[in-house]
Amino acid sequence: MTAALKVVAPGMHTTIQDLGRHGYQAFGVPVSGALDVVSHRLANRIVGNGDDAPTLEILFQGPTLDVVAESARIAVAGGGAEIELMGDRPSSLGGWRSALLSRGQRFRVSRLAEASCCYLAVEGGFSVERSLGSASTYARGGFGGLEGRALQAGDLVPLMREQASERAELGLAERPQLGREQPIRIVLGPQQDHFTEAALERLAGEEFVVSKHADRMGMRLDGPLLAHRDGYNIVSDGIATGAIQVPGSGQPILLLADHQTTGGYPKIATVISADIPVVARRKPGDRIRFEAVDVAEAERLRREQEAAFQALVTSLAPLKPAADLDAVRLLDANLISGVVFDET
Amino acid sequence: MAVRFLPSADSAVIVEFGDRIDRAVSDQVLGLAARMRAADIAGVIEVVPSFRSLMVQYDPLRTGSAELIGTIRSLLTSKSALDRKRRLWRVPVCYESDFAPDLASVARQTKLAPEEVVALHSATRYHVYMIGFVPGFPYMGDLAEALVLPRLADPRIRVPSGSVAIATTMTAIYPLESPGGWHLIGTTPIPIFDTLASPPALFAPGDAVEFEAIDPDTFARIRSATERRDYRPASTEFAG
Repeated sequence: MTAALKVVAPGMHTTIQDLGRHGYQAFGVPVSGALDVVSHRLANRIVGNGDDAPTLEILFQGPTLDVVAESARIAVAGGGAEIELMGDRPSSLGGWRSALLSRGQRFRVSRLAEASCCYLAVEGGFSVERSLGSASTYARGGFGGLEGRALQAGDLVPLMREQASERAELGLAERPQLGREQPIRIVLGPQQDHFTEAALERLAGEEFVVSKHADRMGMRLDGPLLAHRDGYNIVSDGIATGAIQVPGSGQPILLLADHQTTGGYPKIATVISADIPVVARRKPGDRIRFEAVDVAEAERLRREQEAAFQALVTSLAPLKPAADLDAVRLLDANLISGVVFDET
Repeated sequence: MAVRFLPSADSAVIVEFGDRIDRAVSDQVLGLAARMRAADIAGVIEVVPSFRSLMVQYDPLRTGSAELIGTIRSLLTSKSALDRKRRLWRVPVCYESDFAPDLASVARQTKLAPEEVVALHSATRYHVYMIGFVPGFPYMGDLAEALVLPRLADPRIRVPSGSVAIATTMTAIYPLESPGGWHLIGTTPIPIFDTLASPPALFAPGDAVEFEAIDPDTFARIRSATERRDYRPASTEFAG
């Protein structure tokens, strides 16, 4: 039988995602892809994959999975989530590291402590057919990923590899910053001239809270209402991910990966590309402060983030002791929680 | 109106040609879209045409807004052919009452007979301004003035796929079952969005569409042919 991860319990909303479906927005097809691209890429790099390999995006609560393969090397990145081995010797392996699991091993991804989302990568990636060039699930349209939907109990998520390669397990020397407290940088526009001066001041000066109306399409924000100058309808135009659109109610909606490609509400500002993963990690009830920057600064911050990402990848180091499952288990169960690094 | 370059942070540059729905503006948008695709500019991920603007999405690690705007400016003034031939589609529509839940109310509101609504709707050659809202949803115009109505006060939670609809100056076809606030005046048996097709949407922005009234028997025959993948709607190339 083909190698797979078998879904014992699906978690709250677990979908297959990659870097997104590019090139079809002119036909009304949303980009989709990982909400937190940084953690998606890190999970992939920890198991030795390229950035675009499909991962499981896990929202709020992790799935329980069985290894249906000779062996599988997995990693979880983002959200403060950890891999928990189940069975007769339960133990936590932590996050931000790879782990080698053998056939029949049941494991789960712990409840996400620090963010809305995290990513589970498997060495070699998941084997799903690409739809319009991407493995990303777009559940509203019913395509991509596994049958165009979130995972369900009993699903077999096929793996590319029947067996993990022989190599040391890797982990990050330092946990990456998730930016939980940092301001979210925005560039005003494209339609800031549809808003009052007071609305622009409130956007950058006051605090917003992620409401419970938050999903892969976007998050409605509670907080000050943003008043339009004259009317809230514009002739529909294109929407970039991170755009903050304001319908007639004055309550802003921050648009994320599955947003519609076009819309008829004015967009007061757009989150800079480096901060889209940061804001996507926030959960209902989390606070958001916006800080306005210009486009040149946004581009500079993105380059800085990419350099920091490359530095993190370079810092990936073999775990001590080497890749022996029982040794790792013993270490985790008896000695420490988290990860020990080879200092040499 | 002068062309404006509006930033969507470091993700996109919006090239805005106007602030209203207008054929001349649409032609400018689609012309630049075609030239941008043909130019295949490094760092540009994709271009998204809409009624009055073109969104140019870019990778800020490969290019920058300032450089990109310079390149777009030079393409604004250049003249070159469209990269895709425009097509004229003939789309079969059944306007019988079982297929047209809002035809009677549209007739009432426009003070026309239902047959007159159908005659007006199927007598116009429509321009596909843009595709948006849901995958494959074509905004087509302009509707005969006598048929212009505001959207439904109470949008439907579920509109069946294939529904042919009107609202404001536009007509459209719902490609997938979705919520919707437009008046449903007919149903087409042909699918207009298919992820296995290339491109996935039957119509592209800039194409032209005409509707042809069919009876329920013809509807059933075409529907079963499309299910066997044994039917292509008629289309011809035309000069935009």
